[in-house]
Amino acid sequence: MSVSEASHDTAGTAAVHEGTYSGGLWSWVTTVDHKRIGIMYAVFAFFFFLVGGLEALLIRIQLGSPESTLIDPDLYNQLFTMHGTTMVFLAVMPLSAAFFNFMVPLQIGARDVAFPRLNAFSLWVFVFGALFLNSSFLFGGAPDAGWFGYANLTSTQYSPGVRIDFWVLGLQILGVSSIAAALNFIVTIINLRAPGMSLMRMPLFTWMTFVTSFLLILAFPAITVGLVLLMFDRTFGTSFFNPAAGGDVLLWQHLFWIFGHPEVYILLLPGLGIVSEVIPTFSRKPLFGYPFVVYSGILIAFLGFGVWAHHMFAVGLGPIGNTVFSATTMLIAIPTGVKIFNWIATMWGGSLRFKMPLYFAVGFIAMFIIGGLSGVMHSSAAADLQQTDSYFVVAHIHYVLFGGVIFALFSGIYYWFPKITGKMLSEGIGKAHFWLMIISFNLTFFPQHYLGMHGMPRRTFTYQEGLGFEAMNLMSTIGSLVLGFSILIFLWNVFHSLRKGESAGPDPWGGATLEWAIDSPPPHYNFRVEPVVHSRDPLWAEGGLDVDVNDPTAPEPHMPSPSLWPCILAFGLVLAAIGAVAKALLIVLLGAGVVVAAIYGWAFQPLER
Amino acid sequence: MRHPWRRLKSALPILAIVVLAGLLSGCGGPFPQSGLRPASDFARSLDELFRGIFFWAVIVFVLVEGALLVAVFRFRDRQGKRAAEHVHGNTILEISWTIAPAIILVLIAVPTIRTIWEVDRPTTDPDALLIEAVGRQWWWEFRYPELGIVTANEIHVPVGRTVDIRLTSADVIHSFWFPRAGGKRDVIPGHENQLWFKMDSVGVFPGQCAEFCGMSHALMKMEMVSESVEDFEAWVAQQQRPALGTGDTAPPAQPQEVAEGEEVPEPQADPLDAGLRAVLEAGNQAFLGSGCIACHRIAGTVAAGVLGPDLTHIGSRRTIAAGILENTPEEMARWLRDPGAVKPGALMPTLNLDEDTIRTLVAYLESLK
Repeated sequence: MSVSEASHDTAGTAAVHEGTYSGGLWSWVTTVDHKRIGIMYAVFAFFFFLVGGLEALLIRIQLGSPESTLIDPDLYNQLFTMHGTTMVFLAVMPLSAAFFNFMVPLQIGARDVAFPRLNAFSLWVFVFGALFLNSSFLFGGAPDAGWFGYANLTSTQYSPGVRIDFWVLGLQILGVSSIAAALNFIVTIINLRAPGMSLMRMPLFTWMTFVTSFLLILAFPAITVGLVLLMFDRTFGTSFFNPAAGGDVLLWQHLFWIFGHPEVYILLLPGLGIVSEVIPTFSRKPLFGYPFVVYSGILIAFLGFGVWAHHMFAVGLGPIGNTVFSATTMLIAIPTGVKIFNWIATMWGGSLRFKMPLYFAVGFIAMFIIGGLSGVMHSSAAADLQQTDSYFVVAHIHYVLFGGVIFALFSGIYYWFPKITGKMLSEGIGKAHFWLMIISFNLTFFPQHYLGMHGMPRRTFTYQEGLGFEAMNLMSTIGSLVLGFSILIFLWNVFHSLRKGESAGPDPWGGATLEWAIDSPPPHYNFRVEPVVHSRDPLWAEGGLDVDVNDPTAPEPHMPSPSLWPCILAFGLVLAAIGAVAKALLIVLLGAGVVVAAIYGWAFQPLER
Repeated sequence: MRHPWRRLKSALPILAIVVLAGLLSGCGGPFPQSGLRPASDFARSLDELFRGIFFWAVIVFVLVEGALLVAVFRFRDRQGKRAAEHVHGNTILEISWTIAPAIILVLIAVPTIRTIWEVDRPTTDPDALLIEAVGRQWWWEFRYPELGIVTANEIHVPVGRTVDIRLTSADVIHSFWFPRAGGKRDVIPGHENQLWFKMDSVGVFPGQCAEFCGMSHALMKMEMVSESVEDFEAWVAQQQRPALGTGDTAPPAQPQEVAEGEEVPEPQADPLDAGLRAVLEAGNQAFLGSGCIACHRIAGTVAAGVLGPDLTHIGSRRTIAAGILENTPEEMARWLRDPGAVKPGALMPTLNLDEDTIRTLVAYLESLK
């Protein structure tokens, strides 16, 4: 079916392209290659996924029994704040970014992203920002006002010390990384598509990257405004969120959720894109209703900006506000349903090959349906008065963000790991990983629906005996420990497969999109000859691609030279933030100096040596 | 090709575990704080709405997960022999599965909006009992402005009469939640919020703060005593009396409400024997002398602080420390020894009292009924 299967000698080309990842630490620090940057995003994101997971396990262990004193409330509040912040900003978003980086240029037939150095800059800002945020554990404690940081608990009066300062500055830094990356991908996707790849021929994952990038550049300014106001309140004594001086604490909630709800779709849409790639590949059938899947993704993103106040149904918006936001929220169920129906229709009549990526994709759909249905329950503002801020919501978000997004990301990992590393992940270990994960996931989070409906509020470091919460909390804790163990099985799979895994070859799954036309791992220039695209599934077309994208007689493409400046610039930004937390003007100025110097160095360094 | 149903068998252990998890989830009862056991008109309308939505959710769940399972088992291709049908889409199908959820959503939206307009508007009941609730880190103050009563963490309401609760905060955002009385409403500094309901059952219902409000958010609990009109009025009468032993040992004045009718209140004998009176006077001195009065109020004494709970009738309350400790002399002593050990971050400082003073204070406070 695929041209590359026929025309390539796998063993030979793998040796030729070993150069993709060779070179010492220095070559990784200075790299501007989207593939290396993608891998570093993935490694750091997975590291922080483990950190956030460990925080979750400590939370669950504390809640395993009533009135437990294992973890004191001060630490508990840091743990749940950092669990949320870490999973959203340091694990799921950068893991999506890893796939954006690695796969989008390959899927559109490009040699790199539009701005390779800006890409490296995004990575290093994320890495330094993440380390900065987590370093707070060593300096007076981590942020402890929740990932949503509701004013006025975050004021200097109720949160003295530097914990909230770390959060305010850390999120601003991470926002810089996200916006730079988003602009880069928008420009890349608009300008660098292979000839013939019209927008409506783009692979779904690239489409969802495109939509997500717009969400990022439209949503982050809202939280940035909020964070700047909060920073001014804390640093210069302004009163934007101080009710005693005429400020309004609800202003923060609006600003935060105008960002926060689109953020949910920033987390979700890349996963929807991955699943929309995996299901057709393993059904041996093109995606059913491609334009509907694309438009529903756009519609979800668009509607996502009109539903923020459904996080605020209990603040007393009044009947008009609650009615409007109930209605807009319910509308989102329609395009989401359309996607699910199209995935099922894609499988219908297909020839399903149950490899690990499809296991996780189907697991994703099954869990995401549950998360979607509990979401519809919240959309009813009146019914939500019982659900909001209870464990029911904790269950809901984990069915969407773990049962949904994390399952989809694992589907993507199993799907593209062969492309990225040249090795197959073990199917046997993969099955153990999948079954253990889906069972323990349900054991952990399903009881939380009941806990919430039976009156257990969220963000509580303990609960009293006699409320009937004991048994279900214990179940949830046991489930979470098994869930943690299933992640260890996955790590074992990765290490095992990197050493002993089967060689993947260019196209182990018989995929339809351009990334499967080149070797695994791809040569550093990706496509030696630019592909020409005539359909949505170019590799499934009769006769495959009409150009040999790997033609060894073609001249080797020139690629941009490495640069250290993006890394230095990122460091300068974080240095300024360190100075701001330490209230040391000198360090702030030093950081600013490094930023200015790095911008000059960057601008005057030639693109190719 | 194996029969699809036989293939389903391979998934049975998984299904069994999931179903078991679902069943086990219901265990643990009796759930005194459950939103699924409504005890007021407000809670009942939310419950009814939820059950309607849940009904549709179950139908959608069964249909969509069912379709997914059928697709998975029917089109599974172990040998890689089946040829996939190359269809790209079907507009009629797309339109129908856009409209079908839209219809279900309308069926959910109509009762939703009806309920929103019922519960999110101020009460029109002219007979409603006004109660002011003030959220504080980490306890609740309840005031009955029409009755002149101030209490903490324990709200008494008469069954069958609408209570109109006005919510304000003295510090950060809290959320007022008695699941069995209905949904929650945020308690926001700088805003006054409102919540009303009519209890339809007698009982003691637990509730707690539902918005993260700092260190001891989990310990910011409260109780609602829903009682018959007679019991409520008796409670009101008791709360309106100056507490016993507040320095003035004269017979307590009878409140107006109880003094109505033909029953002329008899002058009561001094209820305090000499030994108790000594303890009380000592306690009163200790209370006034150990800084308590900076934050606490006891009506009829010079203690007029406003930062901490009003202690005028502390001895009559079921719990102390915002529902965390039972109101017993032992627990009261434990609280006085080190409030921060019971409620981390509590504003009440450790007073470093010696055991004698603690004993005296406990006896005094427990007598304030």
